[in-house]
Amino acid sequence: MSGVILGTAHREFVKGNEAICHGALAAGCRHYFGYPITPQNDIPEYMSAHMAGHGGVFLQAESEVATINMLLGAAAAGKRVMTSSSGPGISLMQEGISYMAGSELPALIVNIARSGPGLGGIAPSQGDYFQAVKGGGHGGCRIPVLAPHSVQEMYELTLLAFELADRYRTPVMILGDAIIGQMKEPYSPGLHEPPAPIDKPWATTGCVGRPRQHVKSLYLKDDDIERHNWRLHEKLQRVENAEVRAESYHLEDAKIVLVAFGTAARVCKTAIQWARKAGIAAGMIRPITLFPFPKALVHETAGRADLMLVVEMNTGQMVEDVMIATSHHDKIRFVGKPCAMPTPDDIFSEIKRLAGKTA
Amino acid sequence: MSSSDKQLFDKVVFKRPESLVDVKTHFCPGCHHGIAHRIVADAIDHFGMREKTVGVACVGCSVFLYDYIDVDVVEAPHGRAPAVATGVKRALPDHFVFTYQGDGDLAAIGTSEIIHAANRGENLTVIFVNNTTYGMTGGQMAPTTMLGQKTSTSPYGREFSNDGYPIKMAELLAQLEGVAFSARVATSTPAQIRKAKEAVKTAFDMQIRRMGLSVVEFLSTCPTNWGMKPLDARNRVLGEMIDYFPLGIFKERKQADFV
Ligand SMILES: Cc1ncc(C[n+]2csc(CCOP(=O)(O)OP(=O)(O)O)c2C)c(N)n1
Ligand code: SF4
Ligand SMILES: [Mg+2]
Repeated sequence: MSGVILGTAHREFVKGNEAICHGALAAGCRHYFGYPITPQNDIPEYMSAHMAGHGGVFLQAESEVATINMLLGAAAAGKRVMTSSSGPGISLMQEGISYMAGSELPALIVNIARSGPGLGGIAPSQGDYFQAVKGGGHGGCRIPVLAPHSVQEMYELTLLAFELADRYRTPVMILGDAIIGQMKEPYSPGLHEPPAPIDKPWATTGCVGRPRQHVKSLYLKDDDIERHNWRLHEKLQRVENAEVRAESYHLEDAKIVLVAFGTAARVCKTAIQWARKAGIAAGMIRPITLFPFPKALVHETAGRADLMLVVEMNTGQMVEDVMIATSHHDKIRFVGKPCAMPTPDDIFSEIKRLAGKTA
Repeated sequence: MSSSDKQLFDKVVFKRPESLVDVKTHFCPGCHHGIAHRIVADAIDHFGMREKTVGVACVGCSVFLYDYIDVDVVEAPHGRAPAVATGVKRALPDHFVFTYQGDGDLAAIGTSEIIHAANRGENLTVIFVNNTTYGMTGGQMAPTTMLGQKTSTSPYGREFSNDGYPIKMAELLAQLEGVAFSARVATSTPAQIRKAKEAVKTAFDMQIRRMGLSVVEFLSTCPTNWGMKPLDARNRVLGEMIDYFPLGIFKERKQADFV
């Protein structure tokens, strides 16, 4: 990618994984650390070919444990940094992610999810939802999670991830999957302005003309750790108040409201179009931020809809957040397809079945 | 004060290094962590690098490095200091970056990170403090624990048939191409401390000249968890420990592989 002109609809035809790399470079990320794992290898491969040309650093670490700690070090030094991985690798990173959340270090962590548990498989999956949005690491850490459903969003949400990371001093995760990562489609890099670099006076860059400072997550004195926890909590509340993003798809008059994210949402869109043609008032809430979750929108919609159909590529995880968001539990239905993409047919027949029951 | 007294006091022969913060440490009586801290601070002063230094603290009794050494410090997860330091150094290649790690930290949980940072020839300096035990967590067995040594998790003494042998990290790291300097020192006598100072300065100099990774292993004490008086702990280093962990320089690169 070169010579992007802002405000133009110039289009690129690339894989989702590559769009993330374009976004990272556009956002001024010049430090990538990673370890190979399918289905995200396009990202380190692209970065290894292009980082040097941008005056940046690409380093293949000896493990994901080392990776996340290299990220920690480079973030502490004030740089925009990123890594990418998948299930087993993301699990290995969790200690470091918790340290980074505790030390308030901005970074982008991309999870192009595969099936699990264990070695699982390389088929697409949304089985990492809980791990991503409920903290993953120890000690009550939580980080914002963004869920792209197109190559365009792989690019845009990468820009947003760096912006949020810096604004709130937190790691941010992009949760994709094998389909969204491997899928090729056109996107327009010129529609979005990359986030401007920001001052990081807290960074450990050598104490020239100022007292020494530290990046740390250890608080042993008195009630320091309690205060630190409340402060992090308050920060997450600010994120919840200001950063919820969701797409409302044919929601205005919808009686059957689907809730889906990422690849699953993409398939749902087709099923909803078919349903509309068949005269069924279907619509969808597509959370773009999985954490913070669009609770208010879900609650308010559930009040007026007949049914809420949660569609996930797992055996039911986000559905729990839908249940937390609304008290209308009797309206909630779930259809899941672990470790594979559901077809529009799968979802359309479920919509028809439910419409028959409510009619 | 008489004028001859004044002359006497004008000539400073020994003072606290500027990079060593003037506070009481939390270290137990007879612990040699404090000596190692002072030697590091002294070397930072020697090269005039206080404002260009980023230290990486480990998890262990030395985690409070940032309270004692007057430089910017990043705290690493247990064992991961060489990876964190790699990130810092790759981000700030003109800065001076060192890690300070215990033997549980470097020689057990962090073995992978130190070997690969060393093998990549990262321009880092590693201060490795070997007290043959996990000081901070209450004196459990470490990979460096001596055969026969009783610890809270080897109550009958370390036995090779169950726990293997104490690992000699300075020798092991010296084998790696990426390592520019590897030495083992002790701090139980004034002569040893002088040699330790020299070794740390050489190690720092290696980084400044971009020669690769430099590591100095300190044979240290943990009187508290060894169940010894400070003097007995010091004597244990001089006898039993040096017998098994010989002092010396195991590698010293004369010329950089690349410029
Ligand atoms: C992942 C993880 N495992 C275990 C611990 C507990 N822990 C803290 S310090 C330590 C060992 C410290 O021993 P050493 O590195 O030798 O340092 P010393 O205190 O002896 O200087 C351990 C096991 C931890 N903090 N993190
Ligand atoms: S427990 Fe051991 S290593 Fe830790 S401060 Fe005390 S003597 Fe030193
Ligand atoms: Mg120890």
